[in-house]
Amino acid sequence: MLIRFTDKGFYCEQGDFYIDPWKPVHRAVITHAHSDHARPGNAHYLAHRISAPVLRLRLGRDISLETLEYGEVLHMNGVELSLHPAGHIPGSAQVRVAFGKEVWVISGDYKLENDGLSTPFEPIPCTHFVSECTFGLPLFRWKPQELVFADMLAWVDGLRQEGKNAFIHAYSLGKAQRLIHALHQAGANIRVHGAVHNTNLALREAGLPIPDVLPVSAGQPIEPGSVIIAPGSAAETSWTKRFEPYAEASASGWMAMRGTRRWMNAERGFPLSDHADWDSLLQAIQLSGASQVFVTHGYTELFCRYLREHLQLDAHVVSTRFTGETANHSEEAPEE
Amino acid sequence: MKRFTQLIAELDQTTSTSRKTAALERYFHEVPEADRVWTIALFTHRRPKRAVNTAQLRSWTAEIAGLPLWMVEECWHIAGDLSETMAALLPDAPPESETESAQVNSLAAYLDEMSTWKEKTPEYARTFIEKAWRELDKESRFVFNKFITGGFRVGVSDKLLQQALARVLNRETAEIALCLSGNWTPQNSTWETLFFAETEDESRPYPFYLAYALEQDLQQLGNPTEWQAEWKWDGIRGQLVARNGKVHLWSRGEELISDSFPELSQSPLFSQMNAVLDGEIIAWENDAPLPFQLLQSRLGRKRITAGILQKAPVIFLAYDLLEWEREDFRSRSLAERRQTLEKLWEQSPGKEWRLSPALAFNNWNELSALKNAAREHLAEGLMLKKRDSPYQSGRRRGAWWKWKTDPYTVDAVMIYAQRGHGRRAGLYTDFTFAVYDSQRQLVPFAKAYSGLTDAEFEEINRWIKDHTRESFGPVRSVDAELVFELAFEGIGESKRHKSGVAVRFPRIVRWRKDKKVNEINSLEDLRQLIRKS
Repeated sequence: MLIRFTDKGFYCEQGDFYIDPWKPVHRAVITHAHSDHARPGNAHYLAHRISAPVLRLRLGRDISLETLEYGEVLHMNGVELSLHPAGHIPGSAQVRVAFGKEVWVISGDYKLENDGLSTPFEPIPCTHFVSECTFGLPLFRWKPQELVFADMLAWVDGLRQEGKNAFIHAYSLGKAQRLIHALHQAGANIRVHGAVHNTNLALREAGLPIPDVLPVSAGQPIEPGSVIIAPGSAAETSWTKRFEPYAEASASGWMAMRGTRRWMNAERGFPLSDHADWDSLLQAIQLSGASQVFVTHGYTELFCRYLREHLQLDAHVVSTRFTGETANHSEEAPEE
Repeated sequence: MKRFTQLIAELDQTTSTSRKTAALERYFHEVPEADRVWTIALFTHRRPKRAVNTAQLRSWTAEIAGLPLWMVEECWHIAGDLSETMAALLPDAPPESETESAQVNSLAAYLDEMSTWKEKTPEYARTFIEKAWRELDKESRFVFNKFITGGFRVGVSDKLLQQALARVLNRETAEIALCLSGNWTPQNSTWETLFFAETEDESRPYPFYLAYALEQDLQQLGNPTEWQAEWKWDGIRGQLVARNGKVHLWSRGEELISDSFPELSQSPLFSQMNAVLDGEIIAWENDAPLPFQLLQSRLGRKRITAGILQKAPVIFLAYDLLEWEREDFRSRSLAERRQTLEKLWEQSPGKEWRLSPALAFNNWNELSALKNAAREHLAEGLMLKKRDSPYQSGRRRGAWWKWKTDPYTVDAVMIYAQRGHGRRAGLYTDFTFAVYDSQRQLVPFAKAYSGLTDAEFEEINRWIKDHTRESFGPVRSVDAELVFELAFEGIGESKRHKSGVAVRFPRIVRWRKDKKVNEINSLEDLRQLIRKS
């Protein structure tokens, strides 16, 4: 097989490179800059151009990093290597690896819905498709983002009338910008956590139209009725005191389940995910046309069983160190 | 139905009491009377019983959603809630379809229809259910599913509901509480009969007065002579209503439990009384309480046999008098109520009941000593009641306090982790803990899931991922490394558990990162606790 599943990650021996390795290697191809996919310590990195500033922000200015455009092909010892839009977050890519008769697509994390900010997902025909399945159960079927944002804006509006702030938990990379993009258009007064602000600057450097919103630390007082966007880890610290009175909400696919919503103890949960839902996962797998499917992080066993028994696909579970979306966005540590 | 679903969403989406009350108030103003009565019934545990077999519901869901049955069942285990699972898996209604079926639009129409299913065929129910599933949106489907599975519960306390109704009707909450108590059903009641009827219901209990756990130093309670102390018994709180020759027994949840305790409800002694007593139903023999497990065997049984009556005899331990000779005593002071209660005891003593003794103490130190001795008396601690206080309704601070004995604690190691249900679906949160037996083998003895912070759960979940030995379904066995301090309220011998011990209300006190597995307690330590208790 062209790609082997090793204890360091997905390895292409013929081209001598790893994809999203979780242990340090010589050459790492990175699907996207979330910390469970882009880890420190690799000698050389290859990623999409838009990912570059964020990777430097997270892994260090001096990493050895080469970038590609979507569709640009790199030849490595006869292996064709190219990146294609995954629609997960800005700069996220599916990795296409072709050699002889085998065409592999390692899709990283992806979603099919166009979020208006990330380059939309493109199906890539292949023989072997590696798919995540964070939300690989029919319990998870997303509403279009317009409907979710309409609910969110109504909530923010209600709070503004009571003179309260809205505190929304979101990943500092991807989800936060998606929220800023939508809420800014609707005229909300937004302030962001430092981790979000730094990511905003990096993405703007990459050429993305991220609205210029102030970090909390900017000094100006916080107007009542503002929206504060911060990673979940910040919400558990005394940092949040300055926003009182406020109500909390979480924007995550997990909020589709009442159980996790209560567990998070957020007043509101908005089911908004950068991962594919059940219908999209099935659609992406069908569109790939792959004869073999490998499922990684998420509800792997159940999803795989469904693919095998119900869709008669040659599907297998691959164990990885990827975490997908966690219920409380606890990816980053607060820095203020 | 949509309006009710909207109310549930409003209640679900806020933790603020005033917003919840306002949402209820708006709702009661907007909906027809029949819907109001059903809503009150639903919020006061008078929900309809399960109308259809849930295995059938699961297979209909699988069929309609085009999913294999095992997938429906796995989703159910993960979401932890069948109604939510079915609501999520079923296809969405085409827009606007709900308004087309005006005849089933009201909440009462759905619920009244369901109560006729007992006399009808399963096919009839199925047709109705499938039609409702087609008509309703996901949120209303969820609520409807809760009705048909008999699992409707919502986070509205009695107090909150009473406050909202008090505002709607412009009456006192205590008055509302009295109107809502008793043995009514939405079938035999209307808005009129609930709130405006003159007729008096003989069986009707008073709302219970409940205490909070003591929060302050005893010194802050003032003068010890102003307080009465009693044992806090480990039984079932109950109200014995004896009026006009009939006896009714109510639990704290205002459920009628007369049938479970015929030796009390059919006692000629009580039927000759004209009084309402507050007290504890407790398993009792030879002047002493019996273990709580025996009392549990009495609950929820359809038939109480002579054998059970003999094996688990109960008495009523009275500690308050709410009504005497048809006069409401609740506004009188505890001292006066107690005096009258003692008089009643002298008039009608009997083996069916006794008074919960008022404990003598001269100062707070003596009271502390009493609390520490509570376990020897098979009590859970003390109740402190202000002598000049009236009998209030609901849970209140100030005049009544419960003061429990310190819990038992042990250090144990986690050996299994199970995915959480409901509130914590998607995470490993239910842990099984073990101690060493005499052969230094680990024996599981308790399951606990509360007491950790969200951050700790996250950390433990990451650890579990890397330290799983085996997984079977939702359960993983993990390396025996993480040590936790557990607290529990009681401990006893048990034949059903492999360890031979059973603990009551186990919970996690803290994660002992400072301790290694070889430092945990042993089964022998647990046995010593039983001998001491």
